[in-house]
Formats: sequence, structure tokens, C-alpha cells
Amino acid sequence: MPPPDFMMPMPVKVMQRRQELATTWTLDVETGPDELAAFTPGQFNMLYVFGVGEIPVSFSGDPAGRDRHCFTVRAVGPVSRALTELPIAASLGKRGPYGTGWPLAAAEGADLALIAGGLGLAPLRPVLYHVLRYRQRYGRITLLYGTRSPSDILFRDELDGWRRRQDLEVRVTVDHAGSEWPGQVGVVPALVPTLGFDASNTVAFLCGPEVMMRLTASALLDAGLAPAGIYLSMERNMKCALGHCGHCQFGGVFVCKDGPVLPYPRLRGLLSLQEL
Amino acid sequence: MDDYNDTAVITSEGLQCLIEALLNRSYQVVGPQIRDQAIVYDTLTDIDQLPQGWSDEQDGGHYRLRPRADGAYFGYAVGPHSWKRFLYPPHQSLWQANKDGDRLYFKDERPDPPRFAFLGVRACELNAIAIQDRVFMGDAYSDPDYQARREGTFIVALNCSEAGGTCFCASMACGPEVKTGFDLALTELLNEGPHRFLVESGSPAGLEVMAELPRRNTTRADLQAAWAVVENTRRSMGRTMPDTDIPALLLDNLTHPRWDDVAQRCLSCANCTMVCPTCFCSTVEDSSDLAGTTAERHRRWDSCFTADFSYLHGGSVRQSTRSRYRQWMTHKLATWVEQFGSSGCVGCGRCITWCPVGIDLTEEVRAIHDTSPKGKGEAR
Ligand SMILES: Cc1cc2nc3c(=O)[nH]c(=O)nc-3n(C[C@H](O)[C@H](O)[C@H](O)COP(=O)(O)OP(=O)(O)OC[C@H]3O[C@@H](n4cnc5c(N)ncnc54)[C@H](O)[C@@H]3O)c2cc1C
Ligand code: SF4
Ligand code: SF4
Ligand code: FES
Repeated sequence: MPPPDFMMPMPVKVMQRRQELATTWTLDVETGPDELAAFTPGQFNMLYVFGVGEIPVSFSGDPAGRDRHCFTVRAVGPVSRALTELPIAASLGKRGPYGTGWPLAAAEGADLALIAGGLGLAPLRPVLYHVLRYRQRYGRITLLYGTRSPSDILFRDELDGWRRRQDLEVRVTVDHAGSEWPGQVGVVPALVPTLGFDASNTVAFLCGPEVMMRLTASALLDAGLAPAGIYLSMERNMKCALGHCGHCQFGGVFVCKDGPVLPYPRLRGLLSLQEL
Repeated sequence: MDDYNDTAVITSEGLQCLIEALLNRSYQVVGPQIRDQAIVYDTLTDIDQLPQGWSDEQDGGHYRLRPRADGAYFGYAVGPHSWKRFLYPPHQSLWQANKDGDRLYFKDERPDPPRFAFLGVRACELNAIAIQDRVFMGDAYSDPDYQARREGTFIVALNCSEAGGTCFCASMACGPEVKTGFDLALTELLNEGPHRFLVESGSPAGLEVMAELPRRNTTRADLQAAWAVVENTRRSMGRTMPDTDIPALLLDNLTHPRWDDVAQRCLSCANCTMVCPTCFCSTVEDSSDLAGTTAERHRRWDSCFTADFSYLHGGSVRQSTRSRYRQWMTHKLATWVEQFGSSGCVGCGRCITWCPVGIDLTEEVRAIHDTSPKGKGEAR
């Protein structure tokens, strides 16, 4: 038998598709073989559209679900657009899961600050499903979510449901809004000091644009969080996800295999440098 | 001493017998040859194809062949090719996808890996192969094609009898003496006796091939001559890398003005990465047929000097030549250590010789070292 080729995708079908925002869709796709159904929140897959190309996309669904994988994709270029246009029953190629996940087991007993910007809520949604399922394992849980404008808010219905819960604090903010927006206006890092968490026992998971994560991490450090208690999900160009193509390097870090979820101390000194 | 270690002396006839013994074992024998005024690696069947009687002149941005009078078969340093093109080809098919209505099928398109016998692998190159082994076979995911090629390869190593003008393997502790990782190792002896080769075996397969060669036993004089060859080469390195903690030096100086200086000269042409025997970056390309029913995926060598390399939606992370040169050199000499446990540079000098403007990484390191704000060699 020839050795396995990790670059070869597996065909899976689109089971369902949902429009989330103007250019953002969630696809439910088959998991493929059972042994590939399980994933850790924070991990990603390489998704291939026939004849177009292949891109990294994070899991956005419930890690306890075994019959489908969810991917929330924003159309920004050829491959992501083609993904969002796949009809139900169409086939795509999938390989994974890849990369590191959020340290959910290590964070048990601690308070959690889940901080997302824009589409960054998608890779954190599996965390929410997990921590709400095992709610008693965690202390206070806060979700701080920022988007550019009210029309960019992802998973609105779910956010409303989460907001109604007593055991979860949800804060949504937008950078700009008209007077019809009743909620908070302001960028995420600026809201960090208002969260009022117990700095000595809080673990923070950050996912969003790099600048937002960098500024949020500084704000968290200023608020007294330990560097080792801050985790970021990084993004870099990826062609293989196996540690072979070299594209995803960020300093000495291979974002595809050492990340995408990385503890802040691993990134210290790198985040502040231009063009690294 | 392992029980497959043996030494013997052969003549050029013996060298021809060696090639034939390898061909008989259905290896594709690959060795140095002259093409387009440079010494490159290609398949061969006869010692007459070797660049006998040729040497090379190398310097920053300069390479020229010149004849030599002593009839040496291996009297030159490394050329623009390295063995990576055989273990990890510049362009390769990965798979084909076929679309039939809503269904997709994927088919493995990797060709059967050839079995190579490499003739004349230098110490720096053995180290480069060991480095790429760690990249492609050292972690959770192994590259199956690389692994198959690698495991099938028979290596005839060579102790260098001539250091090139850009060589600095000695200061990278990667040569000029071959130590491990070969099936057979040759040292070409031109002095103290007739033109001959000392052969050492380094594996059971090597020992078996060696037993078939017309040979005589080694004398003390042969061993001494071989030792002198390596020592002479060690002393004639064209370049040296500064003797300092290079990873610390570079990582402490990521904003050093020298990066701006080198960016003024660098053309971002990617030659250095293509000729480097350890650079491993690749990209994938898709092609599809007009009917829209088949699509293929290929992999080809890529370089951190291209604009697309670091592209993220909205623009490349590394827009400037400064940041790309810094990425290349700090990866090679600093972050590689963190990733794979050794430097990514073996001191072969190719990137210096084949840089169109003669940028010399040993010089760049020296410049940073000598002007490091943290003091000479006392970075960190
Ligand atoms: C670990 C990880 C998880 C991700 N998860 C999601 C997700 O859940 N949902 C989502 O919509 N997007 C996600 N992205 C971003 C997504 O991969 C890019 O938007 C996508 O690659 C853009 O490709 P394109 O061909 O549509 O567009 P173009 O902008 O034309 O990109 C061309 C090529 O550049 C590369 N590229 C461009 N942008 C990125 C990027 N941001 N990250 C990596 N490679 C890029 C890709 O190889 C792409 O094919 C993730 C990226 C990473 C690294
Ligand atoms: S960096 Fe230059 S000298 Fe070092 S191994 Fe690569 S090509 Fe050779
Ligand atoms: S250092 Fe020289 S060879 Fe390398 S990219 Fe720059 S100009 Fe080209
Ligand atoms: S994506 Fe290829 S090395 Fe990380």
C-alpha cells in the first residue's frame, strides 16, 4: 500500500447552507469517516473547491456533534467565494483537522474571557458550545464581541439566546453605528478595562484581526492578566497545513502546526514587529 | 567500528565498475556533469561524462569553469544544482480531481518514486539532506514521496579536495569531511602515487557494492594522503561565518539598519532560495481542463522572496525587500534552530555565488555583528 498522502482531500457533500451576513455563509458538510469527526475547538480544515483552490477554514460548529462539520466562510476572494456559492449536495474536498485548539481542559476552574472581532466569533463558537455544555467546570464566562458595524454581527440569534442566560455575560460592541443602534459603540480593546474580571484567575481566548488581538492582549496585560493566560488564534498564508510548505511562518512559529492557537508568550516580540 | 566499515583503494576503472554495479542494481545513477558552462547533476552511465579535468572559480555573483591539468574527476566545488531536485523535485503532480455531476473523486497522481544513486555527495550536501529529512520526515506528517525517494537512495559521498571561493562549510561544522549518512565515500587522491580513490563503506549496502569492485588494500600512505586532502580543503575555505551565537545576534537585531542596507542591493529575485540545498518552501497550483471535469493539483518550489508568498486577504505581510531578506536570513540562520534543532545553513556558498549582485550572507552577518548595538558578539 502506498504511504498516505496528506495533501489529498477527501470528497464530502454540503448538507446545509445558511446565510449569516451579506457575504458570509455557514456550510454544514459531511464529516467523512467517523475517525475524522472529532475536533478540538480552534482547529481548522483545508477546504478545496473543484478547479478553484484550497483555503484554511476553522470549525465553527458544535464539537460534540458527530454527523456534520460547520464552516462559516466570508467571501473575500475566489476560493472563499466559491465555497459560499456551493449548493446543497455539491461536493467539496476537505482535509484535516489541523493545528492546535483552545486549551479548554487547562482552563477548567478558571474564569474565561472570550474576545472576538468580526468573523473571529466563528472559531470561538465551538468554545461557547463546549463551555456551556460543561458549564460547571468553568468560573465566570464573559464573551466580548466587536464588529465594525451592526450589520456585521454574526450569529445574531444565538447571541440573543446567550445574552438571556444568567451564567454568561455577553457584551457586543461596534466601531461605528447610527443612532438606531441601541448598544455599545467602541473598539474591543477599549472595553477590556470595563470587564471587571479577576485578573489572577482569568484565561483569555482572542480571535480576530491581528491588530485587534495585539491591542486587546496589551489591554489584558495592563489589566493584570498573566501573559501565559492569553491565547491568540493567528492567521497566515497556508498551502499545506502540514509544516512542509513554509508559507505560514511567523518568526519561528509554523502557524499551521504550532498554531493557529498560540499562547501569548510564544508571540511576544513578534506581534509588534512590522512585516514579520 | 561497525562491521560494515571497510576501506579499499580503486582506480578510475574501479570508479566505472562502481557506476556499473549501481546500474546493475537498477539505480538511476546521478552525478556531476557540465551543462551550459556549469557543473550540474544529471543521470550518467559512464565516467567519461564526469567533468574530468575541470575546476571552477567562484565568488559573490561569479562562477566560471576553468580547465585543470591533473585530470581530477572531482576537482571543483558545488554548482547551481543540489540533490534536493531529485529528492524533492522542483515541480510535481500531487493529485487529480474528477467531477461527475455532484460527485468528486480524488486520484493520487504522484509518479512512482525513482531509485537514485547519487555520485559525489559532498559533506555540506549530506548535512543538507539530513536537514531536509527533518523537515519532511521529522514530525507528525511525513511527505510520502520524499520519504520513498530518500529511503531508496544510495549515496556515494565525496571528501572535497577543493574548496570553492564561496565555501564556508568548516565554520558551519558541516564539512569538508564526510562523516555519516553515506553508503560509500570516496576521496580522490592525486598525490603520492598514481591517480586513485580511497573508498570507505558506511552501510551494509555499501559494503556489498564495494566487494564487487576491482580494488587493492589500503596502505598507511593512502590514509595519510586522504587526510591531507581534507585538511588542505579545510584550510582553503573561501569564506567564514563569524563565530558567535548567530540566532541570538539576528533575533536581537530584527530592526538593525543593515536590513535596509541589504534591501538596497537585493533584487528579490529568489535565486538564493532556489540554489540553496536546504530551502524547502513550496506552493501549490491548480489546473483544470476545458470541459471542467478534471482538475489537477501540482506542487512547485516557492520562495519567501516572492510577493505572493505571505499574501493574506488585503495584501502581503512582507511587502518590502527588507522584510523578505530578513525573513530568509533569519529563518536560515536563527529560527531554523528553534524549528528543527540545527542551523538551516550548511555553508555551501551557493547563495553567494548565484546571487546576481553577489550578496554574501557571511558578510551580512558580520556587518550586523560588528555594529550590533549590544556590542560585538555579546548579543544577549
Ligand atoms: C487557521 C485559519 C483559519 C481560518 N478560518 C476562516 C474561517 O473560519 N472563515 C473564513 O471565512 N476565513 C477563514 N480564514 C481565512 C481564509 O482562509 C481566507 O479568507 C482565504 O484563504 C481567502 O482565500 P480566497 O482565495 O477566497 O481569497 P484571496 O484573498 O484571493 O486569497 C488568495 C490566496 O491567498 C491565501 N490567503 C488569503 N487570505 C488568507 C488568510 N486570511 N489566511 C490564510 N490564507 C490566506 C490563500 O492561499 C488564498 O487562496 C482562516 C485562515 C486561517 C489561516
Ligand atoms: S544559505 Fe547559502 S550557504 Fe547556506 S546552505 Fe543555503 S545556499 Fe548554502
Ligand atoms: S539575496 Fe541575491 S539571490 Fe537572493 S533574492 Fe536577493 S538578489 Fe536574489
Ligand atoms: S501551511 Fe505549509 S508549513 Fe504551515
